Amino acid sequence: MATVLESEPEGHTGGSDLAPAPEAVVVRFAGDSGDGMQLTGGQFTLSTALAGNDLATFPDFPAEIRAPQGTLFGVSAFQINFGSTEIDTAGDAPDVLVAMNPAALKTNVGALKPGGLIIADTGEFNKRNLEKAKYDVSPLEDGSLEKWQVLAFDISALTLEAVKPFGLGNKEALRCKNMWTLGLALWMFDRDRQPLIDWLKGKFAKAPVLADANIAALNAGHAYGETAELSGPLKQYHLAPAASEPGLYRTVTGAEAVSYGLVAGAQLAGLDLFFGGYPITPASAILHNLARLKEFGVTTFQAEDEIAAIAAAIGASFGGQLGVTSSSGPGIALKGEAMGLAIMTELPLVIVNSQRGGPSTGLPTKTEQSDLYQAVYGRNGDAPMPVVAARSPSDAFECAIEACRLAVQYMTPVMLLTDGYIANAAEPWKVPDPASFAPFPVTFLEEPNGPDGKVLPYARDAKGARPWIKPGTPGLMHRIGGIEKNPGTGNIDYAPASHQAMTNARKDKIDGIAAGIPVQDVTLGEAGGKLALVGWGSTYGPIHQAVRRARRKGLDVSHIHVRHVWPLPENLGELLKSYEKVLVPEMNTGQFKTVLRDQYLVDAKPLNKTSGQPFTIAEIEAAIAAALA
Amino acid sequence: MNEMTKIAVQTSLKDWETDQEVRWCPGCGDYAILKAVQRTLPEIGADPAKTVFVSGIGCSSRFPYYVESYGFHTIHGRAPAFVTGLKLANPELDVWLVTGDGDGMSIGGNHTMHVLRRNLNTQILLFNNEIYGLTKGQYSPTSRLGTVSPTTPLGSVDRPASPCAFALGAGGRFIARAYDVSKELPSVLKAAHAHQGAAFVEIFQNCIVYNKDVFADFTEKANAATGQLWLTDGEPMLFNKGTQGIALDVETLSLKVVAVVDGDWQAAGVRVHDVKNRAMAHLLVEMPFGPFPMALGVIYDDPRPTFEAAVIEERTRAAAGKTANLAKLLSKGQTWTVE
Repeated sequence: MATVLESEPEGHTGGSDLAPAPEAVVVRFAGDSGDGMQLTGGQFTLSTALAGNDLATFPDFPAEIRAPQGTLFGVSAFQINFGSTEIDTAGDAPDVLVAMNPAALKTNVGALKPGGLIIADTGEFNKRNLEKAKYDVSPLEDGSLEKWQVLAFDISALTLEAVKPFGLGNKEALRCKNMWTLGLALWMFDRDRQPLIDWLKGKFAKAPVLADANIAALNAGHAYGETAELSGPLKQYHLAPAASEPGLYRTVTGAEAVSYGLVAGAQLAGLDLFFGGYPITPASAILHNLARLKEFGVTTFQAEDEIAAIAAAIGASFGGQLGVTSSSGPGIALKGEAMGLAIMTELPLVIVNSQRGGPSTGLPTKTEQSDLYQAVYGRNGDAPMPVVAARSPSDAFECAIEACRLAVQYMTPVMLLTDGYIANAAEPWKVPDPASFAPFPVTFLEEPNGPDGKVLPYARDAKGARPWIKPGTPGLMHRIGGIEKNPGTGNIDYAPASHQAMTNARKDKIDGIAAGIPVQDVTLGEAGGKLALVGWGSTYGPIHQAVRRARRKGLDVSHIHVRHVWPLPENLGELLKSYEKVLVPEMNTGQFKTVLRDQYLVDAKPLNKTSGQPFTIAEIEAAIAAALA
Repeated sequence: MNEMTKIAVQTSLKDWETDQEVRWCPGCGDYAILKAVQRTLPEIGADPAKTVFVSGIGCSSRFPYYVESYGFHTIHGRAPAFVTGLKLANPELDVWLVTGDGDGMSIGGNHTMHVLRRNLNTQILLFNNEIYGLTKGQYSPTSRLGTVSPTTPLGSVDRPASPCAFALGAGGRFIARAYDVSKELPSVLKAAHAHQGAAFVEIFQNCIVYNKDVFADFTEKANAATGQLWLTDGEPMLFNKGTQGIALDVETLSLKVVAVVDGDWQAAGVRVHDVKNRAMAHLLVEMPFGPFPMALGVIYDDPRPTFEAAVIEERTRAAAGKTANLAKLLSKGQTWTVE
């Protein structure tokens, strides 16, 4: 949660020079895509984590790699919410906006809390940049920013001065601006500079001059905060560490957590991992991460297209490895036919969808949850497939393991849903002990399983799963494919009774997973009452915080967050019916709401947002108030 | 082929037949190809347990159901991608990929290109009948100009692709041609199997229902002598019972047919076939039938390291000296401890 910087005197934990500290602060760094804002944000995040604050981040960048400098559409932003209390979202409205140029100010200032602080680099507020940002007059001079506090000074010039001794060219020298700004931010929040200095030395190990220049800029920014005779808005704050469970922590993004979870899942299954991928935003990071983990028995394959990526993964699964493929909506659409093949041949496969705004190419770098129908229903024929949805970056680790477990235990492809927000955002993560997860080792068929030494690839176990048979095993030769088959032998069989039996078997197997997953719990609140907010995926943070605030005000509202989106937990229908009202906030036009209505005939109401931005807590709080009015 | 399958396993043709009823049209060229494959497998000492036949969609793609080995009938055009994953998961497997002109050159053209470029160690048999059979007779990407079909009632107007030229252009290191009922087909298959890497074999196949006898100009007995140029490494490129041969016009860098008098092919300037000559291979796959005979047999065979060998080598190198300690991996980087 976020609070106004100067309004909460309680929790003052710093020394006498420090300003009263709020519980939580939201800072947004915004600049040109070439200004290194994501890097600045990432390093500030690390420093925040090392200071023991809880945090959540929201990187928000354009699809263009290098959009023309100074333009409105070229603005890249990184928002971080951190504090001494539990943080679940990247914060509604920033308390501090660092604007590296006029375009960054223009596109971000609207979000800034009234009374919030703007730090602007006057060096970039020149005529050309003002024109590019469509300002007639500099907003720093025309009074249009009066509802905020403005701290404007020439960061560009101060940076050039700081790095002068290193003899860099003007362009290179100005690149150190982000470190100067980071230095100032570190001072503002009473942070240790040493980890950043170590990081810069490592990053520029091959160019020590650049390391020294960046360190000098960082120190200069810090010193500026410390020594400049600034009256007014610039104050130093110290936020006490958040109370967290004891243990070892690190920060993790969703893409990292998915990668590690897949590796863990394969290990728990006792299998090597095969990952077939094709570059697509925002899913590529998983392929990047796994490509570096070859010692874990990971093979990564950058295929010629999305279809080849999944087809290769199915080939690897047929060969006895755990096949995984990953993409985002448009790529998932291309994989649809091959998913059907994995369903038909009943082979384990994990398909990760890092959702983005759609349809078509849509919003490549923005987040949305609009691929739920695609995940649950989006294939030809009756093609049931389990769907697991991660609610946060760290949760993606466990969800990836769960997807692997379902895939191998039920011999089925499984869809794991994350989204652009989860994939890119970072949060503190209590490093899990891999040994604490129950292994689910795979047993391959080694001997004929039918009468008279016959091989029956489609004989089923109690769960309805068929045996996994590796080519290369003597005496178990068999042929399978995407064509309808005999319920036992797997030979081509179009007979009416066979198709009926196989359709039923495929459906029953997936429906039966409901008995093999945890029952649905109430994340916050009670089973039964006036109102339940039912979410899935990355809306967890804002829903959770909004429900918490509403409950503090005495409202009868509970939060239910569903991980197993298909099949749904066995008790979910009864649970939903125990509330007078059910509200489903989601970043689409009401897809999960429709699933719930269809499955349980409950009068679930939608709360939808499709702006490419996550829900704010306030938006959901308002919806709770309206529902209970 | 690979190291494991070099250990010959004793089988007979019968051992490679499944209990499944073969469902091609009576008289289809696919029957002859199936028999040729089933005859070849015992001769190369193939092990049914380590052999996998993989196909896409189309008449040709029913093939795996009829071979007593492991088999996978994938989806339209995607067999090369499936095979890539399968071979990376288990390089010990001896994988045959069966495809057709629609499956491999149209919907799956992209994958055909990449499996060749990567040089995956597999045998690719492309049955070319210049028509879509399973969907009832539409023209295909290899159909000749003017082909009348349900979708081209006035004749097709797009120019056909040449599978062997495509395969060579994509970086293929083994290119061969044969036809369904040829008695030479097993020897071509053997050569393909012996090649380490992606071995591309175009097999002209007679679709007796939708494109009957479209290759008769060179496959019919009466036309064989003038219509077929069988290539053998180290042998002169002769046809028509040694009375004609293929020579190189060095001025125009093109091939020409020359008459051979009294068997003196050297005097006529006939070239000796060299399977490692890539430039000549380009000329041979592009050699137009009509003015020239059809080039058959092993056109090009010059192996280089396979994709899976490179992947394994890199994986081994990257993993050397590292342990797969997940707990350590998770706690990597900058961490902090909450007391």
